[in-house]
Amino acid sequence: MQQGAQAALKDGAAKPLLVEAIGITKTFGAFTALDDINLMFKGGEIHCLAGENGSGKSTLVKIIAGTYTQDKGTVVINGRSYKELTPAQSMAEGIQVIYQDLSLFEHMTVAENIALGHLREERSALINWQQVRAIAAAQLERIGVRLDLNQELREASISTKQLVAICRALAMNARVLFMDEPTTALSGREVDRLLEVMSELKKAGLAIIFISHKLDEVFRIADVVTVFRDGRKIGDFPSCDLNAKRLSYYMTGKEISYPKYQRISKAQDNFIEIKDLCKKDMYSHINLGIRPGDILGCIGLLGSGRTELALSLFGLNQPDSGKILIEGRETALKSPSASMEAGIALLPEDRSTEGLFLERSVAVNSSASVIGKLSHGILGFFDFVKERTLALSGIERLNIKTTSERKLAGELSGGNQQKVVISKWLATKPRLFIMDNPTVGIDIGSKAEIYEQAQSLARQDMAVLLLSDEIEELTANCSRIAIFAHGQIVEILDEERLKDPAIGSYIAAVVAAGGKQGTAQDTAAAGTYNPKEGRA
Amino acid sequence: MSKINATPTPINYITGDANLNALLSVFVLTALICALAFGDAMYSGANLQSMAFQIPEFGFVALGMMLAFLVGGIDLSITANACLSGIVAGFILTGSWLPGLDEGMRIAVAVVTALGLSTLMGLFNGLIIACFAVSSLIATLGTMTLYSGIGMALTGGRSVVGFPDSFTAGGIACLGEVPVIFIAFVIVMVLMAILLERTGGGRRLYLFGGNPVAALFSGINNFRMNVATFTAIGFLAGLSGLTIIMRVNSAKVGYGDAYVFQSLIVCVIAGIHPAGGRGKVIGIGITTLLMQMAASAFTILQLSPYTTKLIWGLMLVLVLGLTRDGRRLLNALRAPFIKNKTLTDKDSNPGEADNG
Repeated sequence: MQQGAQAALKDGAAKPLLVEAIGITKTFGAFTALDDINLMFKGGEIHCLAGENGSGKSTLVKIIAGTYTQDKGTVVINGRSYKELTPAQSMAEGIQVIYQDLSLFEHMTVAENIALGHLREERSALINWQQVRAIAAAQLERIGVRLDLNQELREASISTKQLVAICRALAMNARVLFMDEPTTALSGREVDRLLEVMSELKKAGLAIIFISHKLDEVFRIADVVTVFRDGRKIGDFPSCDLNAKRLSYYMTGKEISYPKYQRISKAQDNFIEIKDLCKKDMYSHINLGIRPGDILGCIGLLGSGRTELALSLFGLNQPDSGKILIEGRETALKSPSASMEAGIALLPEDRSTEGLFLERSVAVNSSASVIGKLSHGILGFFDFVKERTLALSGIERLNIKTTSERKLAGELSGGNQQKVVISKWLATKPRLFIMDNPTVGIDIGSKAEIYEQAQSLARQDMAVLLLSDEIEELTANCSRIAIFAHGQIVEILDEERLKDPAIGSYIAAVVAAGGKQGTAQDTAAAGTYNPKEGRA
Repeated sequence: MSKINATPTPINYITGDANLNALLSVFVLTALICALAFGDAMYSGANLQSMAFQIPEFGFVALGMMLAFLVGGIDLSITANACLSGIVAGFILTGSWLPGLDEGMRIAVAVVTALGLSTLMGLFNGLIIACFAVSSLIATLGTMTLYSGIGMALTGGRSVVGFPDSFTAGGIACLGEVPVIFIAFVIVMVLMAILLERTGGGRRLYLFGGNPVAALFSGINNFRMNVATFTAIGFLAGLSGLTIIMRVNSAKVGYGDAYVFQSLIVCVIAGIHPAGGRGKVIGIGITTLLMQMAASAFTILQLSPYTTKLIWGLMLVLVLGLTRDGRRLLNALRAPFIKNKTLTDKDSNPGEADNG
């Protein structure tokens, strides 16, 4: 501890050492989550923690926040050292964590959310509403943002909520602010605004520690990047010394590059052909054909209609008009089971609620789509042996990292969870695999494995429909790309066009312009359109 | 935690489940205390037999409520359904309806009609819930009143009495010393356990109950699951109704109204998760025994019904507490013998006990 303090002094008063972790070790059973970690967080610095899911970043944050207690090591905060830290002590030392879910009160106003934590500290018996507004206004002033203090939070955008969470932390006199993947749900402009706020806070002398999977943000904002891998610290790097390739190498321990998909299939007939499909307020006049061996990418802003189209193909969103031909025959996809029978699988957008039974084992999840096939006799006796075989073959085929097929799906990392969903669908031997944003919130290593899997399936003549927001993901994997805007396909890029190295920025431009074809009125309508409402 | 053994042994079937562990401990404890406190008064052949006579009519209701809990719902109409099907069977048995039939036919027709009608009433519940996407609480609150109302209109609130002796004989018949209706209840319980835990349909039910959205995205037909579950509950209500009229030799609206509330307590104590997807039939079996034993003890002690309620409430709280800390306790006891296995927060969560 003495050494740490001296080091801080040497570093100059401009960047005071606020938090130091010395020799932190934490195990969960046989699993070592953190192994002898030494780390320093300084005021006036933006510090990024990088690493794949399960590499130990979150565990470290939780130890410093007092949620977990380390097995070995010391946390030094503001010169005071702690072997054991309670959440209350941690907060009293000025440490605030903004978790991904933000933990805000949805039914309360912006002002109440910002000020209530502060008021609780003061233990006042009565609430002074003027004081509430004053506190909230002061914090917003500090980050240079104007918000409607009376807005109820459930009506606010995610980006507003994010800012409210930051202000709440500031109202609690935060000196060290942890942010867990703050930009995941934000659009480009909102990310810019958040990063600006972070710079402001840095200038005010706070230590900002943020966890992110988005490498471009890391390079834009971070001063220091600490890389974790398998519970060990790989090193601290000034972000100017890093590039994307280096960083992903440190994170995964291997060189990652996404191989470009080449369609090799000879099949020329469409597996599925969508003809003039319309659904009011969602999409209109969709014409699309997918051949075996195609990986067809779909990109478009929220409300562009692509997820709604995917749900229609899976029998969960009946179109108003138009036809769907499967291998030339018109087929009504009225329910998920009808779609499954037609050979269609859907990896849904939200893996934790739609894709998986988190509280069930890997085996139960892997067999969930083929329960009928595993049942025999009049009573439908379930074949537990076959289920286990199925689960084990999925684990091997997809390289799912789990200690056993009996482990709960919710205990796996994001990437491995997604692989379980893929395994569940491969069990049905699909002919068309629809993947809706399969790599959101997934670390680089698992991402590459999922791409590899999609490509190898396509090489075996499966048709793949890949919905994604990431242009790089699409250009690497797709043999064709359809750009959606306002419920219509505005352009389909074929294999030749995709060979153009500058195609990425072209796609970005078309997507951003809303397909260039939208009139001013269209754009306005799309701005207020909420696809979730439409689906319900 | 999740135990999907290819060949579950009888031992880890129970020990692998924190809830059943706690439940069994309480059961053994209660049994021992009863033995010490009451001795023969509790464990005499006569008392055991009388307990076995009383269990089935309530047991069927509890099994029905368990099914409702498994899909994350509730069925308030079970006893109203039981009473109405009992009344209809009663009218046929007394010869008020279909007077031409001889006694044997009357009994056969009455039994089939009662079960058919109760199943239809269950189907009706299921269709309302599935078609209109209403919560089962609201839907069955409505049908409870409806079924009771029909029964009231049919009987004018009076009891239907005077069944053939050969029918009521079933209510007191014994095989050896064991009541036939108790044997029937055990058979239904075993069948239900097999259907729920060893078949594809049962697996679908557990998955649907645990997470209907993921079930939908896995191609499980949620509509069908709801309808099938509530139809099955209707059938169980019919069994309960028949058992009741067989035993008490009369049918009327309002018999066993308290069973609905009691079956809720039994389900919770038995570890059937109200949010759906968790719980085993054997839990219902043990809990029903436990409740009956407690009721018997209260009778021996000549407690007032108010005290009885108090004690049941106490038991509910006790078991809930035990399940929450049951696993923690167990692991603490085992800790010296098990290496590399520490307790995380998740392990001690009662909700984590799996049943797939």
